[in-house]
Amino acid sequence: MSDGTMRELASMKHRSLVGLCTIAFVAMTSLCLGQSIVPPPSASPQEDGQWVMPAKNYASTRYSGLDEINTANVANLRVDFTFSTGVVRGHESAPIVVGSTMYVLAPYPLILYALDLTRPGAPLKWKYEPKPEAAAQGVACCDVVNRGPTYGDGRIYYTTLDSHTVAVDAATGREIWNVKLGDINIGETMTMAPLFARGKVFVGNSGGEYGVRGWIVALDAATGKSVWKAFSTGPDADVLIGPDFKPFYDMDRGKDLGVTTWPPDAWQQGGGNVWGWLSYDPDLNLIYYGTGNPGPWNPDARPGDNKWTAGIFARDPDTGAARWFYQWSPHDLYDHDGINEQILLDMPWQGKPRKVLVRPERNGYLYVLDRTTGEVLSAKAFAYLNASRGVDMKTGRLIENPDKAPVMNKVVRDICPTAPGAKDWNPSAFSVRTGYIYIPHNNLCMDYEGVEPNYIAGTPYIGANVTMHAGPGGNMGEYTAWDIAAQKPAWSLKEPFPVWSSTLATAGDVVFYGTMEGWFKALDARTGRLLWQFRTGSGIIGQPTTYRGPDGHQYVAILSGVGGWAGAIVSGQLDRRDATAAKGFVNATRNLPDYTTAGGTLYVFRLP
Amino acid sequence: MMRSAASTVLLAALLLTSGCEREKREFKSERAESGDRDEVALSSLSPGATPPQVATSGRAATFEGNAYHVAQGKRLFTWFNCNGCHAMGGGDSGPPLMDDKWIYGGTIENIVATIREGRPNGMPSFRGKIPDDQIWEIAAFVRSMGGNLSKNVAPQRNDDLNPFPAENRRPPSPPTTGGQPLPASRGTQ
Repeated sequence: MSDGTMRELASMKHRSLVGLCTIAFVAMTSLCLGQSIVPPPSASPQEDGQWVMPAKNYASTRYSGLDEINTANVANLRVDFTFSTGVVRGHESAPIVVGSTMYVLAPYPLILYALDLTRPGAPLKWKYEPKPEAAAQGVACCDVVNRGPTYGDGRIYYTTLDSHTVAVDAATGREIWNVKLGDINIGETMTMAPLFARGKVFVGNSGGEYGVRGWIVALDAATGKSVWKAFSTGPDADVLIGPDFKPFYDMDRGKDLGVTTWPPDAWQQGGGNVWGWLSYDPDLNLIYYGTGNPGPWNPDARPGDNKWTAGIFARDPDTGAARWFYQWSPHDLYDHDGINEQILLDMPWQGKPRKVLVRPERNGYLYVLDRTTGEVLSAKAFAYLNASRGVDMKTGRLIENPDKAPVMNKVVRDICPTAPGAKDWNPSAFSVRTGYIYIPHNNLCMDYEGVEPNYIAGTPYIGANVTMHAGPGGNMGEYTAWDIAAQKPAWSLKEPFPVWSSTLATAGDVVFYGTMEGWFKALDARTGRLLWQFRTGSGIIGQPTTYRGPDGHQYVAILSGVGGWAGAIVSGQLDRRDATAAKGFVNATRNLPDYTTAGGTLYVFRLP
Repeated sequence: MMRSAASTVLLAALLLTSGCEREKREFKSERAESGDRDEVALSSLSPGATPPQVATSGRAATFEGNAYHVAQGKRLFTWFNCNGCHAMGGGDSGPPLMDDKWIYGGTIENIVATIREGRPNGMPSFRGKIPDDQIWEIAAFVRSMGGNLSKNVAPQRNDDLNPFPAENRRPPSPPTTGGQPLPASRGTQ
C-alpha cells in the first residue's frame, strides 16, 4: 500500500468515525429529548475499571460500565479471595479499588488495609492504624461503623470515630496528615465517607442523638488545613449564608432562620449533623449534601422549623457559600435525618431537559429536585407510610398527618415509617441502561412516646421511648427498582429483615445487594429475578463495589459483618426482652440472632 | 369488760401503727466528692490459694433492700440519660444491664465503681458529676433490672410505654463470671 492509500484509508476511517459520532450524537440528543436519563458526563467519567470512591462517581450512581459479569453468567460467580478484618462489628464500608490495590476499612479501631490485587489471593501490602480514642465508642449512636474511605491525589482519606480525619499515602500507607475536628466529650463523632473534589476533602460530624451541632468542613487535601466550615444551625454567618443564597421556597427565606426557628439557644444543641453522602456537579460547581435530624428527637422540646436540619444544601465547594436549601422535614417529628444519597441526573422533565437530583428520603418520598434551584419536581412515596400525606408542591412543605404526630407522655401507635425511616443511610444505585433507581429500604412502623429530654453534654439527647415492628405484610425489608421516568416502581422484592446494605448496578444488567441474614444476591436489573446468591459468614450491611482486576477480569467485592443500628442486637449482643433496646430497633429485629452471628470478612467474587 | 374493750382498741391501734411503719428513707445525700469505701476486684483470679481480696462497706444492703432507693435510682437512671445508652436494660450503644453477663462485675459495688470511674470502651466517668448516694441508688436500680432484688423492693409497672415485664416480675439472672464477651466486642453497639 502506498502512503497515499494509507492516508486515504485513514481519512476514510476518520470520516466514518465522525459520521458515527454524528449519528450517535443525534441519537443521544433525540434520546435526550425523548426518554434518555443520564448522569452528567462531567460527574460520571468513562468507565476505567476502578472504584475510587464509595459512590463510584460524583453523580453517585454506583453504576459500573463493566459487563463481563452479566445476566447470562452471573450464576457461575465464585469466591476468588476473602480477607478477615479482625473486627466483629457493623461493616458499612465500601471496599475501594485504585489501580491494582484494594483498600478495605474496618469498623473501630478503623484499621485501613491495602491489598495487592496483582498477586494470587490479594495479600496484604500494608496496614495503617489511626488508633482512635477507645472512649469514642461510648458516643457512637449506631454501632462503631464507618462508611468508607475515598481516594484523591495519591492519598486515601477517611474519618475516625473520635472525630479525626486522616490522609494516608495510597502507595505506602504512611500517614500524611491527621487532624482533630471534633470533641467526643460533647458527643461528637465521625462516621461518614469523605468526598474528594477540587483539591479538597469534605467531611462532617455525627452526633444527632447527643445534641451535637452539625457542621461540614472543607479541608485542604494536601495539608488537612480547614478551608471553610459551615454549621447547620445558628446565625447566617455560621451557616455561610450570604448574598448568593437563593432558596426556592418562601419557608427557607429570611434572616438567621438557624436561630429564629428554634426556642432560645436550642440551636446550639440542635443537631443537623452531616454524616451522610455528598455529590458534586463540576459544571455547576456545586456540592450537595443533607443535614441530619434536629435534636432532641422529641419535637415538643423545639417548636419551630428547626433550620437548617433535615434538609439539603447546595454550596460552592471553594468558599462554602450556600446557594440553596430545601427542608425535607421542617420541624422533623421522627428522627428523619435528611442525609441520604443524591443521584445527579440530566433528564427530560415535562418536555424540557432538566438537571435534577434524585433523593430517596428517610420520610418515604423519592424526591426529584432541580439541582440548580432546589425546586421540587416530584415527591412520590416509595414505601408504605402513614405519617404524612405527600408534599405540597406549591410551598414545598411536607404535609404531616396530625394523627401520627408524637405527643408528650402518650404512646402513639403504628407510625410508619419509623425513626430509621423508609430508607436509612444505605445508598441506592442508578442504571443508565434501565433508567431505574435501585433502592434498598425498610418496611417498618413504630410506637412512639415523647418524654422529657435532658441535655447533658456527651450523653444521648433524645426524649422518646420507641419500639419498632414490621410494616404491613410482615416483611421488614424491601428492594425496589424505581422507574424514574414513570415515577413508579418497576418491581419490588420483599426481605424478612431490613435491607441495610447498599447496592450496585452494572452494565451487565445485574444488580447486587446483601441481606442481614448474610445472603449476597445478584438480580436481573430489568425484572428483579434472583440469578445468584451466596451465603456469607455474617449479615451484610456494607456497600458492594465492582472493578476490573489487573488480569482484565471483572470482580465484585462486599464486606460481610452485621451491625449498625438495625443489627445492633447481634453486634452489641443486646437483650431482646427490652423492646426499647437500640432505640426500639431490637423489637423489630429480635429474631436476627437466630439467623446470623457477628463477623467481619471481605468477600471478592469472579467468574470461573 | 371495759378493760378488755380498751385493751382491744389499744391492741388494734398498735397493730395499725406497726402496719403503717414505712421503710426508712434517707433524704440527705452525701457530697459528690465522697469516695468509695468498697474494694472490688474485676477478676476471680488471684495468684496463690486465696481468692482476690475484697472489702465491702455494707452499703449494698442499705440500697438493695430499700424500695425508696431503688425507685429513686430508676428516676435518676433516666434523668442522667443512662437509658440513652443502655435503654431500659436491653442495651443500645452500651451493653445490656438485664442479662447475666458483666464485663466489669455485676455486684452493686462493681456497678458503683463502673459508674464512678467509667470504663475504657465508652462508659463515661461520673465521678464528681453525680452525688455518691445517687450513684448507689442508680446501681441498686440496675441490679433490679436483672430481677436480682427482692420483689417488694424492685419497681413495678411503668406508667409509660411498657416494653417488657416490670422489674419486680422478672426472673432473677444472677451475674456470672463466665461467658463474658470481650469488652471491645461488647462495650458498645
